[in-house]
Amino acid sequence: MATEFTASELMICQAARQLRDDEVVFVGIGLPNIACNLARRLHAPDLVLIYESGAVGAAPARLPISIGDPSLVTDSLSVCSMFDVFNFYLQGGLVDVGFLQGAQIDRFGNLNTTVIGDYVHPKVRLPGSGGACEIALLAKRVFVIAPQRKRSFPERVDFITSPARPAMVVTDLGCYEFVEDELVLTSIHPGCTIEQVRENTGWEVAIAENLKLTQPPTTEELSVIRDMIYKM
Amino acid sequence: MSKLMTMKDAIDRFVHDGDTIVIEGFTHLICFAAGHEIIRQRRRDLTLCRLTPDLIYDQLIGAGCVRRLVFSWAGNPGAGPLHALRRAVEQGVPNSIELEEYSHFGMVARLSAGAAKLPFYPLRDYKGSDLPRVNPQIKTVVCPFTGEELAAVPALNPDTAIIHVQRADGNGNAHVWGLMGVQKEAAFASRRTIVVAEEIVSESAIRSDPNRTLIPGLIVDAVVHEPFGCHPSYAQGYYDRDNDFYVGWREISQDVEKFNAYLDEWIYGVRDRSEYVARMGTAFTRLKASERLSDPVNYGY
Repeated sequence: MATEFTASELMICQAARQLRDDEVVFVGIGLPNIACNLARRLHAPDLVLIYESGAVGAAPARLPISIGDPSLVTDSLSVCSMFDVFNFYLQGGLVDVGFLQGAQIDRFGNLNTTVIGDYVHPKVRLPGSGGACEIALLAKRVFVIAPQRKRSFPERVDFITSPARPAMVVTDLGCYEFVEDELVLTSIHPGCTIEQVRENTGWEVAIAENLKLTQPPTTEELSVIRDMIYKM
Repeated sequence: MSKLMTMKDAIDRFVHDGDTIVIEGFTHLICFAAGHEIIRQRRRDLTLCRLTPDLIYDQLIGAGCVRRLVFSWAGNPGAGPLHALRRAVEQGVPNSIELEEYSHFGMVARLSAGAAKLPFYPLRDYKGSDLPRVNPQIKTVVCPFTGEELAAVPALNPDTAIIHVQRADGNGNAHVWGLMGVQKEAAFASRRTIVVAEEIVSESAIRSDPNRTLIPGLIVDAVVHEPFGCHPSYAQGYYDRDNDFYVGWREISQDVEKFNAYLDEWIYGVRDRSEYVARMGTAFTRLKASERLSDPVNYGY
């Protein structure tokens, strides 16, 4: 009997599986944060978590609601200024993996977290770049976790905040990898269909010849995730 | 010489209409006490600089104090958008504001150049992004040694920096631990600096641990003693972030009437921070920090 799981849990597992032990990862809040802490508890105990707020080698004992949570400081390896984070760690080439999210991601891997509509007279004003633009340009590999709707997956984003060319995009329908110059569907989640993918993509999405079925979360992965969310 | 004064006097003397102000602190040590006093003194036409405007600038914008915002990430961390900021940008309520936006690295770089009194700071950033298209202040420069094209952002030199710290002496020598954000850069970049401290300690307490001094008194103009001055932000080792307040802010800030009622009750309706703290009552008990002392070090020789 397969264990029941949510789309978010599958996205977290799929992201965590991409992380290797000993890597240095620039962590975002929300699902990426859970994914990194999941990897640290399972296959990558020596993963070094860096938060843009300055916590290096963080070992949070609760799930941080914000990227500047005090639990990122307690028991971390180092706390440095944001000058150090962006100059020495990120621009210095020490960051293997960066996680990004976006209101929109397009066919070419560009992310938009700035505006929907026109910049001067926006339909919706979004938060802006934060550290996303430089993470997109300076981390060695970029992973994106984002729910997939037609509006959030357009041919071209309204505004390029972060030109990312992500190594992988994990959505609630499938996983996409960058092939030549565009995102290609390389695995589809259990219970999802190609029709659903097409309906929720703003361009004629290419599908890999050897399309895989995403491996569902294991019992162990699920128990660690639920333990983190409910007990931390 | 003691620079101790009340928050009322510090804001009256060092924050004027039309000034460029930076109140820094990345999630940690955000000086809401100073923001509230600026609102109470009804400052106008301020240019506010901060990486993350946070609730503190949402309150200042909604209160009508702001003309221009210089920033890199404008959201309610973990809890959605800043609605007063969005009202100002999308509807011009209570007044429209100008936006000048960078990325975090760009803002860090601007304050670093400002602190070092350099005209600009080079960085490997923005290639392929639309940010330089909408912000002409983001330019490129060619390295005279390698020929590499780099992004460049101009120095930022605010009129006044307001920096909250865990402890300081009367001269403004300030100890900070936990997340340090860009406070040091912001203080050195600004023409004047107000240090606000949870505790005022003796100079000998500062001298007992000089590596912990983030801001030296020699660049400080005013020292304000303001316990719990960061709430709903936090001070490591003193009190936790009030995450419930941040989540609850969404409902308050979404509605102009609720927003104004909040200002009336918690800002205009109190004389100073100590009255705000008294009105909070026992709420601070649940936020009180647990004890996690570091191992002491030996400064002897």
